[in-house]
Order: sequence, then structure tokens, then C-alpha cells
Amino acid sequence: MSTTSTDTLGRPPLVLMLPAAAAVLLLVLPLAAMVVATDPASLVDALGSEPLQEALWLSLVTSTVAMLFCLVLGLPLAWLLARVDFRGRRLVRALVTVPMVLPPVVAGVALRAAFGRSGLFGEPLLDATGFAFPYTTWGVVLAHVFVSLPFVTIAIEGGLRTAGTAYDDAAATLGATRWTTFRRVTVPLALPGIAAGMVLGWARSLGEFGATITFNGNYPGTTQTMPTLIYVARQSDADAALALSLVMLVVSVAVLVALRDKWLVAAP
Amino acid sequence: MTARTGLDANLVVPDRLDAALAVGPGEVVAVVGPNGAGKSTLVHALSGLVPATGRAVLDGADLLGRTPRERSVGVVFQDQRLFPHLSALDNVAFGLRSRGADNRAARARARDWLERLAVADLADRRPAQLSGGQAQRVAIARALVTDPDLLLLDEPFTGLDVGVAAMLRIELGRHLAEFRGVTVLVTHDALDALTLATSLAVLHQGRVVQHGAPDEVAARPRTEHVARLVGLNVIREGDRLRSFSPAAVTVGLQAPADSTRNRWQGVVRGAAPHGDAIRIQVSGDRDLIADVTPAASRELALVPGQQVWLSVKETAVTTYDATS
Amino acid sequence: MSRRWAAAAAALALLSPLPGCGADADADDTLQVLAASSLTDVFTELAEDFEAEHDVDVELSFGSSTALAEQAADGAPGAVLATADETSMAVAEDAGSANPPTIFAGNVLVLATPAGNPAGITGLDDLAGTTWVRCADEVPCGRAAIDLLSSVGLDLEPDSLDEDARSTLDKVIAGEADAALVYRTDAIAAGADVVTIPVPEAESVPSSYYIATLTQAPDDDLAEAFVDLVLGGVGSEALQEAGFATP
Repeated sequence: MSTTSTDTLGRPPLVLMLPAAAAVLLLVLPLAAMVVATDPASLVDALGSEPLQEALWLSLVTSTVAMLFCLVLGLPLAWLLARVDFRGRRLVRALVTVPMVLPPVVAGVALRAAFGRSGLFGEPLLDATGFAFPYTTWGVVLAHVFVSLPFVTIAIEGGLRTAGTAYDDAAATLGATRWTTFRRVTVPLALPGIAAGMVLGWARSLGEFGATITFNGNYPGTTQTMPTLIYVARQSDADAALALSLVMLVVSVAVLVALRDKWLVAAP
Repeated sequence: MTARTGLDANLVVPDRLDAALAVGPGEVVAVVGPNGAGKSTLVHALSGLVPATGRAVLDGADLLGRTPRERSVGVVFQDQRLFPHLSALDNVAFGLRSRGADNRAARARARDWLERLAVADLADRRPAQLSGGQAQRVAIARALVTDPDLLLLDEPFTGLDVGVAAMLRIELGRHLAEFRGVTVLVTHDALDALTLATSLAVLHQGRVVQHGAPDEVAARPRTEHVARLVGLNVIREGDRLRSFSPAAVTVGLQAPADSTRNRWQGVVRGAAPHGDAIRIQVSGDRDLIADVTPAASRELALVPGQQVWLSVKETAVTTYDATS
Repeated sequence: MSRRWAAAAAALALLSPLPGCGADADADDTLQVLAASSLTDVFTELAEDFEAEHDVDVELSFGSSTALAEQAADGAPGAVLATADETSMAVAEDAGSANPPTIFAGNVLVLATPAGNPAGITGLDDLAGTTWVRCADEVPCGRAAIDLLSSVGLDLEPDSLDEDARSTLDKVIAGEADAALVYRTDAIAAGADVVTIPVPEAESVPSSYYIATLTQAPDDDLAEAFVDLVLGGVGSEALQEAGFATP
């Protein structure tokens, strides 16, 4: 690898370059291998199949809706954690980040205990309204929000902390209420962090599998998202699973690139 | 609007500030003091950004029970803090809109203030596209446009080019003359204190150790910091202070022959041009400054590390009480 | 500002299809069938026949028998449940979710080896000393393997316990294992990638597949009609073609 002439500090040391190159290979090789291994014919079949179209659409819709919920719930929570000094703040932060380290299947089991048809809140809800989350598209959204919200919250909190409180202070001296300050100063200045948090949450939702299938089962058109479809397809047809995985990869990359250009601050 | 009676404050921030200050309406108090004396803490306590106890009454109203937005203050921060995502115009209009003005009226008034500060042509620029002096003008307009009862200026000329600062100082003086509220101006520049202020408060370790007319304080400084600020040497003897000009100091390599009590041995710490002279800093039992001619400086080899004797004639020394 | 509201409106528009695609347990024109993964090919074929005959959409939800039975017991939408063993079906039955089940197919374990059978395996006795794999204890194909080995008195530790038949077979196809104990139907589905070695001892401990209508079925008659199809001549033929034994 050659470096540009603007690198005035000298040649980057091999002790850093080699692990960096290894990291790139580690991340790129499996995906490249998957592209190579995919049979073009099965790719064509997969693209035309109704289950794929249904699952892909469901994945995109549920991930996007989950991302919006994460924004509506996570931004205020992140603001609270970053800007308000209250007793138990550290405890609250620790609690809301727990789902980040949970195995997804545990998340699914926990969701079932809370919102399942015989769950702590699920049963009264079912009795009162006739609605239950599991095995519905709303259940998929709920599972996505549960696993993504911590990532979104922590990312946005980081963005808010990076933006700092100096401008909030200035706004307060200019007579702005906290709500006005939040809308007109805090959020605009933390926008890169908020956007990064939303993209992170969206990506996390798109790839969510364990909690979703545990909580919602596998109903085509209703709860069968792309990862679930790929898992199920693998049971009967490995080639089809490979083709579906490739479609998922392409869609994920395409969306991330589009978001990056539009929202994320491009690196120089 | 309530009658203007000025500011009467005794603000306490544990371990940082315990400062009493009384300023009449239309007056400008310059607050000086070394780094860490509590100058910025005082500004933040007055604005409400740092919680303080004690007393703070502005035009008859108690400030301490109020949030920053409920105090009618205008703040020019040391780092300006212009909102980077808003144009100069919207920065200035922000305070008006926050206080309920509609967009059109707020912008019209903001444009008027940008004009007063001679930066109306930059109204649509973002802060990042402004020079330091231009940004400071916008910040001053933003603080004054809401017609606050209390104007807080935290080192408004720091970081500006000397020429820009001089120009802005003159203009700010004009606006302060028209301003009917109380102004607190934090500065580390004697020139600000002497040209803009109606009174000078010296802050030392969180306390106001001297507060009086600027020329009075300058003539009889009670702290070494202020003495340095106005370019005087000051020596404490019991409860009396003795001050003398660096120009009156005689510098020699040997102890002076006469047995004057005003003589000190020390080591040259630094030297810099000061007008036509060279001002040298000497540290020993006392930290003192002395002005010598460039010729004498060369002759005596007054470079850092050189041992010297300083002396001053008794007739050049002003002696006054340490407390008033 | 108006752009922000436009974005909010777009977001709401995205939300609107959601309630519409909630699990339609009570939709008249849909029959939801929960079936073990190993039935994927057969049931997909049978569902097409059923759709043509009854003018309904058959929605197939495949998964592990255990997970599907637990779902059914939890009241998940569904009309028919087909499991790969009795234990799973009992979960749904005990919960009052499944009506009395019927055995509709049988399966036996076989040994699958990579193409060419490099380890030269001919039967269960050859497994000792080789790298071999089976399904995990929690899933029907794992439970069947445990029963088989204990019935012949072999105490063999597998090198890997996989979560389902497919993962178990993948180990053999990839050449990572010398042999796998899997259902005959799985080995047949893998085609030329594996060599199937019959295990005579397995004939004495066959696995049985159970099918039952669910009490939460929105249309009992339609659910029974699907069960009848599976149990009838068309069903048997499709099952046999895939390597299942039929009663």
C-alpha cells in the first residue's frame, strides 16, 4: 500500500498496517466468498420469488418503523442521560444498555415473559383489547425496538455529549426554554450523532433474527423477515439461502451508502 | 418595566467565589484579577448558569430564584458561542424569538442591531464564515438586542488582533454609553478597565479585594496583579502598601553604595520592549519590574539568569493604606 | 419546517400498512400450517394442491418442532400443527391447544457420509474413533439418535451437537465430519452430496410424525380438510417420494 505525499509524518509502521489490513480482509473475505459461491441461476430464482419480496419488504418496513420509534423514544432518553443530572442516572444508563449484551434469543424470551399472550403485561393487554404482540408485525417492530433502542440511545447520547452544553447555556441566557433550546439548538447541533444512531439502529433491526423468531415465530408475510427467511431456506435449500443472503447484503450496503451520502458526515 | 436601581450582589459559590459587588444603572464595572480568581465564575453566577447562594438584586428584583432565561441578562461569552448552524441574523434574532417575538419582527430588529455594529452585510453568513472581530460584533449585537437589564461581557477582546480590538473597544464604549442597564466587563487588559469602565473591581481568590474608580485603583493598586496590570510595582509593608513606577527603578550589577532601604537583589527572569525602553522582570525576595534604556540593557547584559540589584528613591514611592 | 412535517407524514404513511398485515388469524381465506422443517418440500407441494382445491391461501410456517409446539401452546395463530415427534406434539396437546393427534409419517435414522465415504463407514459400529455428528438433544432428530444408540447399547460421544438436521448434514457435506446420524429424508434431500448408509438397528426405533388441528383454528373444517389431505392418498404419495414411511 502506498501513502499519499501529504503524509508528512513518514511511512505508517508495519506493526499497525498489518493488523489493519488483516481486519479489512477478515471483514471482506467472508462476504466476497459468499458472492463467489452464489449460483447466478438461484439468484435469479430468488429475486423473482414471492417469499423474498414479502420478507424483504417486511424487513425494510419493520426496520424503518422500529428506527422511528427508537428516535421518538431514544432521543428524549439520550437527552435525559446527557443533559439532566438526576439521582440514579448511572443506574438508568446501565439498565437501558443491558439488551446490548443480551443474546438475542434471551431478548426474545424476555419479551415473551413481558408481552407474550400470557405475559406480565401481555395478558392484561390481550384481555382488555384483544390484541397481543407475538406473531404479529407489531411484535416484530417491538422486538426490533427492544434490541435497537440501546444502540440508538447510546449513540445519540454520545452525539449530545460531543456537542456539549455551551450552546445550550447560551440559548438559556437568551431566554429560550429547555424545549426551545432542545429543538432549535441541541438537536441541530447533535444531528450527526442522531443520524449515526438512527442508521445504527436501523442496521441492527435489519439484521435482527434471534429475538424476532423467538417472540414472533415465522409467519410469511407477517413476521418472516429476511434473516428468518434465510434461516428457514437454509433448512431445505442451501443455494437458495445463499442467494437470499446476497440479496440482503446488496440491499443493506445500498441503503447504508445512500444514508451515508445524505446524512452521515463523509470522511475527508 | 421596573425602575432601574442597579445591581447589588454578594454571590457565593463554594470554594470558588464569595464576591460582593454594587453597580448603579448605566454603570460599567470592569472586573480584573489573575487567572482562577473567579472572574468567569462571577459572570456565570450572575447569568444563572452556575448555581450560587447569597444575594443578587437587580433593579429591585431577586435574581437568585430565577433560571437564566428568567433573568434579563445579555451575555457575550469569552468564546462567543454563536450558534454555528444559524446565520448571523438568526443568531441575533434568537433571543427575541425565544421571548415570543414573531419571526419577521425579530429579524427586522436583529438586522437593525447588525447595522449598528456595522456587520449588516454579513447577516446571512454562518459564524464559521466570520472573522474573529466580525463574530464578536455579532455576539455583542446578540447580547444587546434583547435590551437586557444586565450585560455581561467576558473578556470580549481576547483573541482579537490588536487593531481590531482597539476599533471594537471604541465602538463598544459608544454602545455602553447608551446602555441604561448594568454592565459587568471581565477583562485582563488595563486599557479596557481604564477606557470603558466607570468602576474597577479587583477579584482575588474569589473575593473582591478592591473596588473603586478606575484611576483611583490604578494609582493605588492593592494586589500585585493589578499593579502589574497597570504597570506598577507594589510592595506590602504591614498594613501599608508602597507603589512605584518601573521607570523609577535603578538597575545595577553591584549593591547600591547608599544605604537606601528600597533596594532588592534578584535574578532577571525576562525582558521585553516597552515603548522606548526595555522592561525587565526580576524575581528575588520580591517580584519587580524595571524599565531600562536599550543601551543600559546591553551594557549590563540583562539576559535571563543575570543577578542584579534594584533600587528606587524614596521620593518616587507612593505609600497608602492596604485597606480603605 | 415544512420539510420536517413532510418527513413525519412519510413516516406515518410507512406505518399505515402495518396493522393490515398483522397476523390474520381470523381471516377466512387463509389456512396457517405450522410444520417441522423436515416437511418443507412435502408440505409446500401439498399446500399448492390444497389451495387449488379449496380456494384459500395456505400459509406455511416452518420451524423446529419444539419451537412450533411452544408457539401453538402460547396461542399463536395456526390451524394445523405437524411435528417430527410425539414429545413436541405433547407440549401443544397438554396446553389444550392441539386436538388429539394422528401419526401421519415415519422416519428412520441413517448414516450420511461425505461423497465417496472417505472414512469407510458401514454401520454404527464404525463410528467409534471417527469424527461424527448428530442433532442436539433438544430437537426430535437428536432425541431419536439418543434412543437409537441406547437401544443398541453403544456409548458414543458425538463431536458436535447441531441445532437442526440441516446443520448436522452441512458438517458432512463440507467434509468436516466423517458421518452424521440424520433422518433418511434429510439424507435423500441432500442428493449426491452425501452417501446414505442404512442402519438396520434404526428400524426398531422409528420416529413418528404427528399432525393435529389446533383449537385456535379459525375454521375447523378447513383445518381438518388439510389433515385429511396429508393422511390421504395424495399425501402418502408425496411423503413416500420424499423418503418417509407412511402408516
